[in-house]
Amino acid sequence: MTALAICGGRLVDPAAGVDAAKDILLEGGRVAEIAGPGKLKHAEGADVLDAAGLVVAPGLIDIHVHLREPGQAYKETIATGTAAAAAGGFTSVAAMPNTTPVNDSPEITRWMQAPERGALVRVFPIAAATRGSKGETINDYAALKAAGAVAVTDDGRPILKDGMMRETLAAAARVGLTVIQHAEDTRMTQGASMNLGPVSFKLGLRGMPPEAESSMVERDIRLVAELRESHPHLHVAHTSTAAAIAAVRQARRIGLRVTCEVAPHHFLLTEEHVGLYNTHAKMNPPLRSAADRDAMIEAIVDGVVDAIATDHAPHAMHEKEIEFELAPNGITGLETALGLCLRWLHSEWKIPLGRVLSLLSAQPAALLGLKGRGTLTAGSFGDVVVFDPRAEWTYRATESKSKAKNTPFDGWTLLGKVRWTVSEGRVVYASA
Amino acid sequence: MKPAIPTTRRQRSTPPAPVSSFPYHAGSLLSVLDLTVNGVSQLLIRATELDNEDPILRDHILAKRRIALLFYESSTRTRTSFELACKALGADTTLVSSLSSSIEKGESLKDTGLTLRALGAEAIILRHNSSGAAWLLEESTRLPVINAGDGMHEHPTQALLDLRTILTHLRPGLVGVAPDTLAGVTVMITGDILHSRVARSNMQLLPRVGARVLLCGPKELLPEQAARSGPGIEIERDFDAALAQSQAVMMLRIQAERLAGLQLDLDEYKANYQLTGQRLATHAPTAVVLHPGPIIRGMEITAGVADGVQSAILEQVTNGLAIRMAVMERALAAETGAPTDRSSSVGWEHGGRA
Repeated sequence: MTALAICGGRLVDPAAGVDAAKDILLEGGRVAEIAGPGKLKHAEGADVLDAAGLVVAPGLIDIHVHLREPGQAYKETIATGTAAAAAGGFTSVAAMPNTTPVNDSPEITRWMQAPERGALVRVFPIAAATRGSKGETINDYAALKAAGAVAVTDDGRPILKDGMMRETLAAAARVGLTVIQHAEDTRMTQGASMNLGPVSFKLGLRGMPPEAESSMVERDIRLVAELRESHPHLHVAHTSTAAAIAAVRQARRIGLRVTCEVAPHHFLLTEEHVGLYNTHAKMNPPLRSAADRDAMIEAIVDGVVDAIATDHAPHAMHEKEIEFELAPNGITGLETALGLCLRWLHSEWKIPLGRVLSLLSAQPAALLGLKGRGTLTAGSFGDVVVFDPRAEWTYRATESKSKAKNTPFDGWTLLGKVRWTVSEGRVVYASA
Repeated sequence: MKPAIPTTRRQRSTPPAPVSSFPYHAGSLLSVLDLTVNGVSQLLIRATELDNEDPILRDHILAKRRIALLFYESSTRTRTSFELACKALGADTTLVSSLSSSIEKGESLKDTGLTLRALGAEAIILRHNSSGAAWLLEESTRLPVINAGDGMHEHPTQALLDLRTILTHLRPGLVGVAPDTLAGVTVMITGDILHSRVARSNMQLLPRVGARVLLCGPKELLPEQAARSGPGIEIERDFDAALAQSQAVMMLRIQAERLAGLQLDLDEYKANYQLTGQRLATHAPTAVVLHPGPIIRGMEITAGVADGVQSAILEQVTNGLAIRMAVMERALAAETGAPTDRSSSVGWEHGGRA
């Protein structure tokens, strides 16, 4: 593979504390050299990307995506999902196990990472916490970890039984894996299709109470506290309520290893965006009240949130063009995350660029222990995103690299256009 | 101890709420909110005119126009009323119900709507068990869609006919309405508000013509957020106290099919919320009693009250015909929307006299 030099750009690498004009040389899939403008010593013969006026940053890392393979290739494949990731500036994605069959084995975990899948960026499987995600039998976490799993979860089918969740946390802690919980007490959300409140009442839809999320987060934190001697790591997926964030904040204050992620739609949209039954505004957890949305923003600003994750959940068009209550949950997110974060978190709400990028790369890498990723220092992986931080553009779902077009952000003006995405030294996306 | 909530928060600009493009067709009636007060007034006036019109002349108003009735739920009143209203104006109708069509084979609402349009339907009247279904159908077909009840959400023609009934009793001689027409009038709605599309449509419509809506029922069937779904809506949990304030009393059926596991003590419910002759005589001796039907005698209302002098239940049914004639005339008067193919009329039931 030819070496690749990215020259003339502004290198923003929050993990390394760098925000300066730097050239960078990638070789053998790794970062070979970083130097001042025009000062690379070993760049001879390398292909050159001219990054003048652009930001050069560690490739983005999304720790919550659904790639739908194996089993639901009509929605998305690992190839199309990672193509969307590359277009969005992501070089690593962690794939949820709610596939068909459920990824609860080392075989499926390896299958997802095989070169035949045609992934454009690195896929880190997250394995099921229990056999078939049925919440009954714990999987072999050591074997799953050896096969490449970076965490365990029964995402979408949360572990309700206290005993089973305690066992999961303890078993995962023994092998050093993170337990990710989709916090939802499903006993409180039967038949519900949006947030419970005045809007759900008005629309005649059954609602999910915020307590369905927060009570589960509080229960999980109690279990982490009980097991604190064995240092379990609980990660709360797609946090959406003020009460859940408050619980995480409190857990951290007493020194528990509890982390959380927030999805762009939960810090931008509210239940009002369901409008008149827009199925592209239906996801789980649902869009919440304005107060909850504001709490997400505050939590990002004050540092309680560890990562922005998209919960990229592709569905075929025909699956979303049905009655709201019957439509599946989820929206795509890989191509819009950076542009939404720069437009709103950075430009509108004045969070420094380095901190925004950290939430999208360094912190998620640290959270899941992805070594050599989320930073650009000599020897780390050659995962790079190069983007124009000032370019405004309009997102068009029809032009998506994903198989799916189910997004509430179609037609939105975003800030920050990806110019190149480089995965382990290879250019995997270049904008026209 | 709960973590303290900061008292001062910076005001941040956030993405605006979405702008609705509904209704796509000016003839549609998806929600009572699609109508201005003036629009409501025109429909009421037209309903009276059509009611009084010579049947022979009326038969020409929608002569040979094609209207499909698409029913995913069983219905006696609404379906018959719409069908007779269409036929009274001379339109051809066809009925598609979920139990005797390809819907049983898994055909989607969108495809069913497009199929009806391809067969020449110029408007579709939809009754569906899922809230919001009428919006999906309108977006898919771009035809005038009349919402004849969507899940727990709305039933706009029911609210219009209820309004007509209330006017007849409380504002005799008045045909149209203005924002203050029912000023000083309290309309109470009692029972299963949570699952009721009739309640939701009335709650949105009646305050806009000046009425105060008083909701009554147990917490399980009447959540607090109901009072926050619009202006002019209040909750009074004490049935007798609510009755004493009301000039119109609307009773609702407990919707067993939508309770979804909710356990309700029916004896207790009857003791607290059943409209009996004695209660009515004591607290609201002159109020008009309404019920959208079907009534469950001996449950929410006694037979004596249902058949009594204060009951307007059958008048409501009759008023439905007039209202629906006006609604269908409006639906097909507006000429915006997708062009329809009118070359074939095979199989459409003729509305004219033989």
